[in-house]
Amino acid sequence: MNEQSMTVRGKDRYKSGVMEYKKMGYWEPDYEPKDTDIIALFRVTPQDGVDPIEASAAVAGESSTATWTVVWTDRLTAAEKYRAKCYRVDPVPNSPGQYFAYIAYDLDLFENGSIANLSASIIGNVFGFKPLKALRLEDMRLPVAYVKTFQGPATGIVVERERMDKFGRPLLGATVKPKLGLSGRNYGRVVYEALKGGLDFTKDDENINSQPFMHWRERFLYCMEAVNKAQAASGEIKGTYLNVTAGTMEDMYERAEFAKELGSVVIMIDLVIGYTAIQSMAKWARRNDMILHLHRAGHSTYTRQRNHGVSFRVIAKWMRLAGVDHIHAGTVVGKLEGDPATTRGYYDICREDFNRMQLEHGVFFDQNWASLNKLMPVASGGIHAGQMHQLLDHLGEDVVLQFGGGTIGHPMGIQAGATANRVALEAMILARNEGRDYLHEGPEILAKAAQTCTPLKSALEVWKDVTFNYESTDMPDYAPTASVSM
Amino acid sequence: MRVTQGCFSFLPDLTDEQISRQVQYCLGKGWAVNIEFTDDPHPRNNFWEMWGLPMFDLHDAAGVLMELNECRKVYGDRYIRMSAFDSSHGWESVRLSFIVNRPKQEPGFRLDRHEANGRNIRYTTKSYAVDRPEGMRYGDK
Repeated sequence: MNEQSMTVRGKDRYKSGVMEYKKMGYWEPDYEPKDTDIIALFRVTPQDGVDPIEASAAVAGESSTATWTVVWTDRLTAAEKYRAKCYRVDPVPNSPGQYFAYIAYDLDLFENGSIANLSASIIGNVFGFKPLKALRLEDMRLPVAYVKTFQGPATGIVVERERMDKFGRPLLGATVKPKLGLSGRNYGRVVYEALKGGLDFTKDDENINSQPFMHWRERFLYCMEAVNKAQAASGEIKGTYLNVTAGTMEDMYERAEFAKELGSVVIMIDLVIGYTAIQSMAKWARRNDMILHLHRAGHSTYTRQRNHGVSFRVIAKWMRLAGVDHIHAGTVVGKLEGDPATTRGYYDICREDFNRMQLEHGVFFDQNWASLNKLMPVASGGIHAGQMHQLLDHLGEDVVLQFGGGTIGHPMGIQAGATANRVALEAMILARNEGRDYLHEGPEILAKAAQTCTPLKSALEVWKDVTFNYESTDMPDYAPTASVSM
Repeated sequence: MRVTQGCFSFLPDLTDEQISRQVQYCLGKGWAVNIEFTDDPHPRNNFWEMWGLPMFDLHDAAGVLMELNECRKVYGDRYIRMSAFDSSHGWESVRLSFIVNRPKQEPGFRLDRHEANGRNIRYTTKSYAVDRPEGMRYGDK
């Protein structure tokens, strides 16, 4: 369906009135994207009767220079350069009525180092466009020239590991539960027990900010007592993600400064604070030797449905540019949405220096990260020690595994819960490194480790049948064999 | 008290055979294994003493085990760890680290609290062992 250009040229192009987008220069099937272009891949669902090429050209137009009618003021600019060019439209396999539109944008359309500007351009206007039933931003190719204008993760996986003195295994964490209602003193108790039992990190939940039951300073003070006490008891570096999310930047900076003053190694923010606030906190974190954890609060409102919104792989790319150190990226086996192949794609985006196009993982472009720091993915939500072999297989070793309920809900107490997770993890890494087929021998490896660890034995017993097997709503469109030449 | 630094501290102490399999894994990845020892296991003491240089260009774990046993003969009353370095681009750091020798008694750490402004407390983690001079910290050696 990638027929030739219909662009009207010369004087006729600027005759007053309405002209189809595909004729205005937003559909250029012969265009070859430059190395410096930003490329966006949209899933376009046109209204019935709307030509998919015209719909895709409209997306290119409305996300760059166009408006609904011809304007003569285009002629005061190098308009051809600034027009986004849709250069390819493919039907989505097995999804009638949906099309993948590839659109190239010149680098000059964007401000250096600004996710706010990038997103305002690409998703700012076009998602409510009437001729479309639905629109989804599936993936983006970010040129090295643009990547290099961003700070990237404040700390990065390598330095985080060096600073935490933890190598060769996933890090372990837990979110303090219940999410709401604990006083500062009670909250610190949970942190202490979990860290002393063997976790590396504990975590505030996304909506733990500063409420009547626990103001933020109380939480910070008691948490740092817990961290230091656990550190002395174990001889290991420990951390707790102090959530500094607040109503204003001034409040967030105040909380972050206090966390630093108390000696915390890590702070946390929520995705809902917005891209600019995230970039500001990433700069603060770089200046203050702080690991920056990002909780992707709210993302499912726009990432989960396949036909409309923004794919999480795009959010992951933006957050790696923006400069956070941790990002929740799915568990596959836990309670939240996450098809294995799609999740694999997210993890690759976070951790690799170069992503190869892998359609079966939903990764549509080669992406060179140009030595930008690696971003540590976090797996959290409904996971437990009995799944350790699967977690290691799906997620690899550069990940934070967070067992909230799976630590705090342990029948013998929080310390025992933490110990069970740590023993399960170490036993699995030991076995993997020895060359064993740990995925298939997993239950056996865990059972053996449980012989010398009662807490693990009891964890395996309590949660032995817990799985979350539901159909995914967001999966790759291509089977593993598919290939598309660029 | 048991210092739980390193990758396998929550498991029973590794046997030499287990250590050897982990070392072989590292060598298989092309990482250089280094033996390090200390009698100051403070969590922020990054620079343990090196037992020679990292063992570059080695293919057989037996050589590393031999060095470990030599190290144990001299510093068997201290903490000894294996660290594996990956020189590949994007890492250039330690990729695996685990303790392979401990003192018989691990005295652990004291947490000093220094009351500061308001409710702030300054914390200092101090190893009980470092009250004694280096080399005399564990046992009677």
